[in-house]
Amino acid sequence: MLRDITLGQYYQADSIIHRLDPRVKLGSTILFIISLFVFDGAAAYAVAAVFLAIVIKLSKVPFRFMVKGMKAIAFLLLITVVFNLFLTPGEPLAAVWRLTITKEGLQLSVLLAIRLSFLIIGSSIMTLTTTPNQLTDGLEKMLGPLKKVKVPVHEIAMMMSIALRFIPILMEETDKIMKAQLARCADFESGNIIKKAKSLVPLLVPLFISAFRRANDLAMAMEARCYRGGEHRTKMKPLHYARKDFIAYAVVLCYLAIGVAAGHLQAILPEIMKIA
Amino acid sequence: MPIIIDKVSYVYEDTGMSVRALDNINLVIPDGQFIGIIGHTGSGKSTLVQHLNGLIKATSGNIYFNGEDIYADDFDRKKLRSKVGLVFQYPEHQLFETDVFTDVCFGPKNLGLSKKEVELRAYQALKLVGLPDEYFYQSPFDLSGGQKRRVAIAGVLAMKPQVLVLDEPTAGLDPKGRDEILDQISKLKRETGMTVILVSHSMDDVARYVDRIIVMNKGSVMYDDVPRQVFRHYAELEKIGLAAPQVTYIMKELQEHGYDVSDDVTTIDEAKEEIERCFTRLAAAGKEKG
Repeated sequence: MLRDITLGQYYQADSIIHRLDPRVKLGSTILFIISLFVFDGAAAYAVAAVFLAIVIKLSKVPFRFMVKGMKAIAFLLLITVVFNLFLTPGEPLAAVWRLTITKEGLQLSVLLAIRLSFLIIGSSIMTLTTTPNQLTDGLEKMLGPLKKVKVPVHEIAMMMSIALRFIPILMEETDKIMKAQLARCADFESGNIIKKAKSLVPLLVPLFISAFRRANDLAMAMEARCYRGGEHRTKMKPLHYARKDFIAYAVVLCYLAIGVAAGHLQAILPEIMKIA
Repeated sequence: MPIIIDKVSYVYEDTGMSVRALDNINLVIPDGQFIGIIGHTGSGKSTLVQHLNGLIKATSGNIYFNGEDIYADDFDRKKLRSKVGLVFQYPEHQLFETDVFTDVCFGPKNLGLSKKEVELRAYQALKLVGLPDEYFYQSPFDLSGGQKRRVAIAGVLAMKPQVLVLDEPTAGLDPKGRDEILDQISKLKRETGMTVILVSHSMDDVARYVDRIIVMNKGSVMYDDVPRQVFRHYAELEKIGLAAPQVTYIMKELQEHGYDVSDDVTTIDEAKEEIERCFTRLAAAGKEKG
């Protein structure tokens, strides 16, 4: 039951996207998200769709894994679309009861739906092709300059990777304790809200105790190996940009340029036609 | 209350792949037996026992408890859980109350019994697992590992189950703690006459106590017989990462060295008797010659 929850799930595969430096993937994802908001016109979004399709194909991750992420925001997407469809003022197209659909509303809701779904798919490509450890490594390196202004970048990255690492463990633990209490005829479902909240005590107390025990063990194990934070710490797999990473950056920049150009072209196309 | 497991299979999804954890299991568990379920990690033994009280629902097949289909819509699964008491691996991790006694009360309280009955059952259960009175009102977290485990087992016993299932009750205990727990369970079995199912990966643990061994491998039942019959297949057991009890190996070695002993022993006491018999025979034969 609980193991169905996917959170930043990594999909094991051997693809060019998987092998890219995590910084490239982080940076590209951010650029991609920005591109979705600066792009203008259908042609630009067509470019984005093609780009996304190529990346998905290259990543060798089955498309249904990305759709899984979409399910989580399906409700949000629906609300956004419905509200924009009915509540944008402009040229009326059709009327349902007291609500009117406008041309501008239709355009806006389609645009938002595309932006949101591309955004989710784009970022799930990153999490599906990058292990949480790589991701925090990449983040640590990218935020490195902030160390100069006394931001504990390494510590933050370490905390993030530990937190991510513990999510599946604690999920499993919750499942186990839940079953153990069910075996003692615990009832987590019936009763009013107060009774339900009370029924969680036999689940939460052991869970917290186990989380503290694990944290304690981990701290002990880290200290036993002389862990002392970021200072002078070397990495087993230091991040280095390779040729493919620079190519990837170039590709993303090209995509941005093409998208912007396509948008402009579409905008000025009627005028060119006129002149011609 | 016998349990019948009829063609049970269990399949689950793991990162897009379906894993067959149980594959067509057929078993009958009659009243009052002491059964050992043995298997390597991932053989499906824990999954199997979680089916017995309905915590996991089989993908296909049926389970009958006392003749009733436990997957029927009108079947009271909560009652089933009180009749088939399941003690999980590391059961001490489920303790949550401020003192031992209240924690043991949790199970019977969930059955909706009167306060008096709940406390009586908790007291009896704690007595059954042999926990001294002075610990009753201490925090369960101040007890030793073995004591915590006893409290957790008492928490299940307090529901007065007719079948007690213990999943690796000795995991993580030292040899002394292990023997104490197993002896206590064996004593419990004798006193209450309930069915006990012991899940383990150690033949030595199980051989001494049980009347029947079920060997699981890759989701199927490989052997289902009395211990000495199962240990005859020690070569096959080794192939699936298990082993016969150590005494079986000692007897084999003795045979290889030309001693006329039977390898049909499963416990140290039996081995001792067998070796003594062999030496008396040898001595008698020596006298006749001399």
